Amino acid sequence: MAGRQVRAPEKTIAVPDHNVPTTEGRDKVIENEDSRIQVDALDKNARDFGINYYPVSDVRQGIVHIVGPEQGWTLPGMTVVCGDSHTATHGAFGALAHGIGTSEVEHVLATQTLIQSKSKNMKVEITGKLAPGVTAKDITLSVIGKTGTAGGTGYVIEYCGEAIRALSMEGRMTVCNMAIEGGARAGLIAPDQTTFDYVKGRPHAPKAAQWEAAMDWWKTLYSDDDAHWDKVITIRGEDIAPVVTWGTSPEDVLPITDVVPAPEAFKGGKVEAAKRALDYMGLTAGTPLKDIKIDTVFIGSCTNGRIEDLRAAAAILKGKKIKDGMRAMVVPGSGLVRAQAEEEGLADIFKEAGFEWRLAGCSMCLAMNPDQLSPGERCAATSNRNFEGRQGKGGRTHLMSPAMAAAAAITGHLTDVREMM
Amino acid sequence: MDKFESFSGVAAPMPLVNIDTDMIIPKQFLKTIKRSGLGVNLFAEMRYLDDGSENPDFMLNTPAYRNAEIIVAGDNFGCGSSREHAPWAIKDFGIKCVIATSFADIFFNNCFKNGILPIVLPQEQVDVLMKDAEKGSNARLDIDLENQTVTTSEGESFAFEVDPFRKHCLLEGLDDIGLTLEKVTSIDGFEAQASQARPWV
Repeated sequence: MAGRQVRAPEKTIAVPDHNVPTTEGRDKVIENEDSRIQVDALDKNARDFGINYYPVSDVRQGIVHIVGPEQGWTLPGMTVVCGDSHTATHGAFGALAHGIGTSEVEHVLATQTLIQSKSKNMKVEITGKLAPGVTAKDITLSVIGKTGTAGGTGYVIEYCGEAIRALSMEGRMTVCNMAIEGGARAGLIAPDQTTFDYVKGRPHAPKAAQWEAAMDWWKTLYSDDDAHWDKVITIRGEDIAPVVTWGTSPEDVLPITDVVPAPEAFKGGKVEAAKRALDYMGLTAGTPLKDIKIDTVFIGSCTNGRIEDLRAAAAILKGKKIKDGMRAMVVPGSGLVRAQAEEEGLADIFKEAGFEWRLAGCSMCLAMNPDQLSPGERCAATSNRNFEGRQGKGGRTHLMSPAMAAAAAITGHLTDVREMM
Repeated sequence: MDKFESFSGVAAPMPLVNIDTDMIIPKQFLKTIKRSGLGVNLFAEMRYLDDGSENPDFMLNTPAYRNAEIIVAGDNFGCGSSREHAPWAIKDFGIKCVIATSFADIFFNNCFKNGILPIVLPQEQVDVLMKDAEKGSNARLDIDLENQTVTTSEGESFAFEVDPFRKHCLLEGLDDIGLTLEKVTSIDGFEAQASQARPWV
């Protein structure tokens, strides 16, 4: 900070998530020295600058994009920035929320401002109703499959339509979370009664007369019917199937009923990229996706580490066991999600099925902590990125919804969850 | 920040599309609390073999491109995470300019904060530059920010766009926090007004 102060510490929150272990005892000592130094530096800075802070010893600690909304920090109409690309999550509340780099974080801390130019806007409308077994994760992956990972570059996306309106706040956060995987720095959804019901009563939400005043303004935060859009994408909710990724980019997405594509089916630079992806993933074109065997299941992350995600996975796992030899892990997105899942009996379902029941953090989504894949290990993951090495060097990631990941844990291969419902 | 000066440098061709920030700097190197010294880890998983030795097939390990100062890349360079370690590693390696048909937004912004010039050009022009870069260390590209041109070793020149304010900051090596703080009265005014209009924030 070059001797500068934090301009608005009361509007700033910090929480360790990326690099913390998710095993017991971490509040006493973090064994990895680099991680310990990083967390200690955060502890000290939060204290020195008077920032709102949730250390690992606090039950409210968790992934920042789960903690912010849970504590009522994230409100409609706000501008929210954070040094993490999945900040788009907070757009679910009708906030303009996007990831920034370290230098921009420094700029915001010092000035409470950021120099920006106006983005283009894209309307992504999901009409109609989702079929059983299809979730918010399938919506957001299907949109990326349609736009490509660069399709949203330079845009802010507004998700709308009947199928979006029908989603809970948890589902909406899942959708907005992955806007960045489509290249859009921010994705948002106009606030409505679902939003207000979620926000009301949270620790940092407005109270009493201020709540009424805030509601009056929040209700005005929607796009006009005749608003101008730079790009419009419409998908019928009924056309969305449970999907999985087959490659090393989130745009490499297909319905679970499909087969591994041939690189020649693509155009331009994507042909080489697809060849490289199949080689890295150890897959052959033409293989049915349902025949792909997996070694590991990871349920968690800022995309799918909320209570509704754990409920969806537990509904599939109830009374069942994971496949012999399978390594399976549930990492709740926050300490409060974890506590609620324990209270609802979900933790017992996971444990009885053979899952490890972890403490909150980013965990295996990015392997910046002890939770990692080994080379060649294949994982069904509810996280957001299937990049080479993302979950550990040589690790192979297939992205999907929590229910799909739970189904794969039981059968040992990628599975159409609709067959288990 | 150092001033960005016009230069002539070797360009490494990296035609792969969607080069993501996990490729540019794998997560195990994000645990540093410093911005320097990351060049050795740039593209670590492609650049080094399992035993830690250099992968002789990786572009930046070949004699022609060890001292590259420019990367000519495929579409959507820098997609993925907001980690500023990506531009830090690129800069520390010695790369001052990346040319592609498109960049991910956050990476693009992060470049300017670190004295790196990302240049967006149409596919046909990137194709020409890619071919030129493939000639190795004898072919050097000229990068002229002042006049906004890239010139191949054969003298073919392409004009590029850059935001005037960002250009100014790069050329002068300016710290934009300092610039913003000169406007503190406007910020104070905005905040006073905002806290009246939306006291709950």
